[in-house]
Amino acid sequence: MKGKILEKENNIDRFTDEVVLKTDKLTKRFGGLVAVDQIDLTVKKGKISSIIGPNGAGKTTVFNVITGIYQPDGGQYFFKGEKISGLKPHQILTKGIARTFQNIRLFQNMTCLENVMSGQHARSQSGVWPSIFRFPFQTREERKIQEVAEGRLEQVGLGPYKYELAKNIAYGNQRLLEIARALASNPDLLILDEPSSGLNDKESEDLMNFLNEIIKKDLTILLIEHDMNVVMGISDWVTVMDEGKKIAEGKPEEVYSNPVVIEAYLGKEEEEDM
Amino acid sequence: MKLIIEQLLNGLTIGSFYALIALGYSMVYGVMKLINFAHGDLFTLGSFVGYTLLVMGTAYVTSIFGIWGGMIAAMLVAAIIIGSMGLIVERLAYRPIYPAGRLPAVVSALGVSIIIQNSIMVIWGARPQAYTSDVIPNYMLNIAGLRINILQIIILLLSFLFMGILYYIIQKTTFGAAIRACALDRETAALMGININLIIFFIFALGPALGGTAGVMVGMYYRKITFIMGWNYGLKAFTATILGGIGNIPGAMLGGLILGMLEMLGSVYISTAYKDVFVFLILILVLIFRPTGILGEKVAEKV
Amino acid sequence: MNKKDSYNNNYNTNWKNRWFIVIVTLAFLFFPFIVKSNYIIDVAFFFGVYTLLGLSLNVVLGEVGLFDLGHMGFAAIGAYTTAILNTSFGIPVLLLLPVSAIAAAIFAYLVCSPIIHLRGDYLCIVTIGMGEIIRLTLINNPFGITGGPNGIFGICFPSVGNLFVIDSCIKYYYYIWIVVGLSVIALINLQNSRIGRAWNCIREDVIAAEATGIDVRHYKLLAFILGAALAGVGGSVYATKLMVVSPESFIFMESCLLFCIVLIGGMGSIPGIFIGAAAISLFPEIFRPFAQYRMLIFGVAMVLMMMFRPGGVWPRQRGKLQTESMLIKAGKSEI
Repeated sequence: MKGKILEKENNIDRFTDEVVLKTDKLTKRFGGLVAVDQIDLTVKKGKISSIIGPNGAGKTTVFNVITGIYQPDGGQYFFKGEKISGLKPHQILTKGIARTFQNIRLFQNMTCLENVMSGQHARSQSGVWPSIFRFPFQTREERKIQEVAEGRLEQVGLGPYKYELAKNIAYGNQRLLEIARALASNPDLLILDEPSSGLNDKESEDLMNFLNEIIKKDLTILLIEHDMNVVMGISDWVTVMDEGKKIAEGKPEEVYSNPVVIEAYLGKEEEEDM
Repeated sequence: MKLIIEQLLNGLTIGSFYALIALGYSMVYGVMKLINFAHGDLFTLGSFVGYTLLVMGTAYVTSIFGIWGGMIAAMLVAAIIIGSMGLIVERLAYRPIYPAGRLPAVVSALGVSIIIQNSIMVIWGARPQAYTSDVIPNYMLNIAGLRINILQIIILLLSFLFMGILYYIIQKTTFGAAIRACALDRETAALMGININLIIFFIFALGPALGGTAGVMVGMYYRKITFIMGWNYGLKAFTATILGGIGNIPGAMLGGLILGMLEMLGSVYISTAYKDVFVFLILILVLIFRPTGILGEKVAEKV
Repeated sequence: MNKKDSYNNNYNTNWKNRWFIVIVTLAFLFFPFIVKSNYIIDVAFFFGVYTLLGLSLNVVLGEVGLFDLGHMGFAAIGAYTTAILNTSFGIPVLLLLPVSAIAAAIFAYLVCSPIIHLRGDYLCIVTIGMGEIIRLTLINNPFGITGGPNGIFGICFPSVGNLFVIDSCIKYYYYIWIVVGLSVIALINLQNSRIGRAWNCIREDVIAAEATGIDVRHYKLLAFILGAALAGVGGSVYATKLMVVSPESFIFMESCLLFCIVLIGGMGSIPGIFIGAAAISLFPEIFRPFAQYRMLIFGVAMVLMMMFRPGGVWPRQRGKLQTESMLIKAGKSEI
């Protein structure tokens, strides 16, 4: 199975060691439950980093804190050196972090094009009065928004579905649409929450090739994944979480054979035999 | 001092009206996430049913049962009729609309409210009706130097009795636990084997029944009833629901009582004219600073 | 297809059926000359007022999906601003049109800021409370400026000096419908802009909208402010027609009617608002012979409407406009 995924290209751009996202003892509690327990995360520019771990490990919660949906209970996090702790989600987006969701969150009753155009919202400025009176500046900006959106739609291969309502397209395409929307804001960091969930093998493979492609354009990717093929196939760096804590991290091959990791997923060796 | 206690009692009485109505709102909203706008009008219908039985049918009822019997008969009949109405409304106007979403349900509830209100107007006329004094127990007691109307005491006793029974059912029985489970998460409760239809039957029968009973009590206490009083009471009762914590049934009771007291205080110390404004302001402040209400709990949304 | 073409295609989504719009516009223009009865022209005037108010609520409820059941309160602010400033200071009514809009807008900003974060149903209740607070305060005549339950009377005709006075049924008709026409143009432009898109995104999924870079709080507040301003204009025009304002006109029931206009027409759908407003204002007229049963029938109609057409009579069309979309589509609600 591993062989099916394209070999990563050794691209000059990816030798950098610049840190794009960093969390420092990040903690989040829900009542008595510590969902995220002092997590230290480092994401390097131009690389594809993955967070893996059994269900309930707190992976999505980490994303939700970083992207501003939850407020942290402890620790801080930095993006491109700037402290972004406590910012609201739309501010985080403006800084350059875009995300997708585990349970797809599209704007169901709007067209695919409109969904992707919304990604450009934070990159445009026209206010109420220019919009009402259609100042030339505003119409030019609208055109540009539409162009960028159409470009991203083409990029993920959903061009033909421009005017379809988002709720009417196939599940796999909905995942791609969400990614297109995230890309439309021209982010520096793309955070994907289980992007291959619900996709079949072929679709997963296509998605992975796609991610490998876009990484070349000065983009960093951080993803949560359950599908080991995906993780091993394209990640440069893997962080493993279990019960809110980081239990291992390293290159995919190292993590794959780490007994601590195996135990977290499968339980102790003896138990398997029973 | 005397005055304060009397005011307190007045506040509690008003509060128990709100509480009884609020219970209906809270149960329905908690389980079905639907603001049953028709509930206030069902309450009004209850008072008119009582009126019909007692005043229009005086010869039959009061002469046979006497004043106290008449009151009980009226409350019983009101409870049964309004309870049935509640079930009918749910079956005809709400159930077909659930799949369409929350907003159509709200509009439908408004529609039912309009239907009931105008039906009352058509049947009983647009002018206010009155519970005549010969059907109302009117007997001043002298307790510890205080002059208290026995009607007030009976109302308070009955209200607290009903609330107590309901509290017991909700908090101490398995069925009550099932209701609370539904209020938290209806789908999962159904998956766990809880008979949702039974729960719906219960809340749409008992809630309005209590409301109808409260209607009779209000008729006896204030004597004058109009077909539009449902909205005002309904709104305040819903305020009480929010105050106590939405979906929380003991909360609705508490909210109602507190609201009654606050309204009383407001009308005495601020001004009678602005007492309703005072009540709504409380609502808004509660929602801003403590949206989960006094007894409510935060429910997190999974992202 | 070249880029400009595709852009125009998207923008023209709402303008595409030009002929339909032309015919309808002409019908509105010539209506008073075809119909001679002042009574009917008056009905058409109030149809216009309800349309304007419906459009104003549409911004809040239809576009953003915020449950606002106290919207008449904003209209009341506009109406009373016009009434008070005109009768006490003699300020010309036409000048007060934008003033009323601004007054309502400021009020909305002050009052909605603390509550804008509230979840759907709670916001609903708060708006009901707001509407009631406004009405009750007006009734109680604070500082003696609102005239109490009887309201304020003696509002002047709108006029431009002595040259042009709006004092007849026909003139009032054109007054309101010109205002409506301008509002429709503005609203359609907003729908097709990033503002309108942001609003719709918020309606569809608040969390996704926020994560996509939309400042949800700002846009919700903006919707309320614009909706209030438009309602204020409606209130102002209404006041000058009646020449009297009283709290009775702004009861909770009226807010409910506005709510129904938006729902019946189809959320976010501008043509739908027209239909909804027509239904609300013409319905009582059609059923006048049944005076007593009017509202009863209305209530039944509401329930049936939600049962069979929860999406509204003319749901909002998105994307490439096809010929079928001109026809009424059966609706599963799009909420």
